[in-house]
Amino acid sequence: MSSFAETGPRRPVTESIRVDKVSPGARATGAVRAVVVVLVALIMLIPIFVMLITAFKTRIDVTASPPKVFFQPTLEGIVLLFTNRAIAAPGRQEELRQLAREGKLNIFEQIALDSGQEITGASPYVGRIINSLLIAGISTALSVFLGVLAGYAFSRFSLPGKDDLLFFILSTRMLPAIVVTIPLFLMFRQVGLYDSHLGMILLYTVFNLSFAVWLMKGFFDEIPREYEEAALVDGYSRLETFRKIVLPQSLSGIAATTVFCLIFAWNEYAFALMMTSEKARTAPPSIPSMIGRGGVEWAAIAAGSLGFLIPVIIIVFALRKYLLRGVTFGAIRQ
Amino acid sequence: MATVTAESSTSKPFVRVPTRRNQLSDRAVMNLFIWPTLILLIIFNFFPLFYSLYLSFTSYRATSPTAPVWVGIQNYTNILTDPDLWQAFTTSGRYVLFSVALQTVVGFGLALLVRGKFRGSGVVTTLILIPMMLSPVVVGLFWKLIYNPSFGFFNYAIPFINPAALDMIGSRFADIPVQYLALASVILVDVWMWSPFVMLLVLSGLNAIPDYLYEAAAIDRASSWFQFWRITVPQVMPLLLIAVLFRTIEALKSFDLVMGMTGGGPGNQTELIAVYLFRVAFQGQFRSGYASALAYIILIIVIAISNLYIRYLNQAKGEA
Repeated sequence: MSSFAETGPRRPVTESIRVDKVSPGARATGAVRAVVVVLVALIMLIPIFVMLITAFKTRIDVTASPPKVFFQPTLEGIVLLFTNRAIAAPGRQEELRQLAREGKLNIFEQIALDSGQEITGASPYVGRIINSLLIAGISTALSVFLGVLAGYAFSRFSLPGKDDLLFFILSTRMLPAIVVTIPLFLMFRQVGLYDSHLGMILLYTVFNLSFAVWLMKGFFDEIPREYEEAALVDGYSRLETFRKIVLPQSLSGIAATTVFCLIFAWNEYAFALMMTSEKARTAPPSIPSMIGRGGVEWAAIAAGSLGFLIPVIIIVFALRKYLLRGVTFGAIRQ
Repeated sequence: MATVTAESSTSKPFVRVPTRRNQLSDRAVMNLFIWPTLILLIIFNFFPLFYSLYLSFTSYRATSPTAPVWVGIQNYTNILTDPDLWQAFTTSGRYVLFSVALQTVVGFGLALLVRGKFRGSGVVTTLILIPMMLSPVVVGLFWKLIYNPSFGFFNYAIPFINPAALDMIGSRFADIPVQYLALASVILVDVWMWSPFVMLLVLSGLNAIPDYLYEAAAIDRASSWFQFWRITVPQVMPLLLIAVLFRTIEALKSFDLVMGMTGGGPGNQTELIAVYLFRVAFQGQFRSGYASALAYIILIIVIAISNLYIRYLNQAKGEA
């Protein structure tokens, strides 16, 4: 038998000689298409880019006409967003400059000083962000906890009228916020939950609950029952099986559900606008109200919005695999 | 699945004597798991709906100390003869129609475009999806800046016009009011935000089409136009329908975006039904009885469409 060295090609094969390879024409179309896709994506991201640059513009640059794309970035917007300032008297300014020379001022104080101002404290926005974090965090934990339990029960047990119950649960999510808010507003006022953290946490828990139940049910449906049945046969109780066999397998599903609930609670506006006024007000309804004080502080608004964008962008990338499921209440999987 | 069972019981032998005490029956576990959720939903959704049904037959202002007074169907008759309300319904109708139609077309186009895989296509697709996860009120605000006639980017991107003359949010061109301009600007933002949603659903439909359908069509020398209408469209239809219904419901409820951008103005040009309801219920007079009746009318419309939506959702799930 002749060896490969005798019968094989003289030169090593460095390119594909497959007969079914993509024709040059098709490949070129593919490349053109890829370029178009990237262009479309870039065009769609322009508004987000505008927000990003606006957050780092000075007050003068923001209102420049025509708008500037290239400018000297500053942190003025961020200072405006997070602090209350007062105009410093000339004498006081001199004092502050002295401190700045000694390096005793932090970066925020220096930026404020550049426009002749002195920081007098944290802005109300800081409190609103803390409220947002608290309310979104706790309500998410609650709704995921309840959603995991109910989702498991709906996935594994048969009960009369299950489909109707599931429909009822989903339909609560379809209600326009404003429709339920009128009676809830009166109820909350009656029991003293209006403008309270507890009230908002409960409201957001319920708001996300139907979503969590549907999504978790979908995730549980995908876990084969055989694991649990084996454990049950081996003498584990139903609760132990749930805790030791089912939960560990559904961790990624729980994580996805948690993140979706967090986004929804973090972005929620209508309930927050109508059910809070001062104490428990979250960030979304307070960003537009920044317009009210001494002209439109676009840089501050942009900086505030940016704080909203960044976590969401990170999350979208982390959740890529689950996005479709998330937006269709777990009904459609890729 | 039998192998799985055998494997798990050999690799992890659960040798345990079954202890019957302290064990809950399946039924008890089920009740324990389901009832907390149901109770919360009943308290926060079901009960309020009954309460507002009652309120809708009364004359009541949330700001006044007097108790609700029963007035029968007077609120409903008032609503049906209120021209402001019909205006709001018409505006909402236009908004829903145009924004959902555009989203469907743009979303479908995007899906066809990003369907082909190339290096980094996953990342690009994800980038396109970002807008729909953003807070609508924040989106509305920053588009307000983009639309600003003197320092926004939007007007400078339109060729052949004087950028300072066009005021999208103010619905004016060269200081002359132009109807629907403000509404169009809100619709444009909604399309920007939600076309990716349609794209996402259509894309999953496209990925589920088996290749052999196209191969068979190619062998039969079907044109790509024919393939598109006879294979792609029918195969994607169930998911597209879900996307359209979902967007219709959401657009009907649309509130955040308009509040961030225009607050319903100028005048009442962008006053969608939810914004109108908010104004009646929470601003100025707090006409709770009247607002409840209106809320009920909206509720019935939304429930009707949701019903359709959920039915299609179940159908699609059955097919998948």
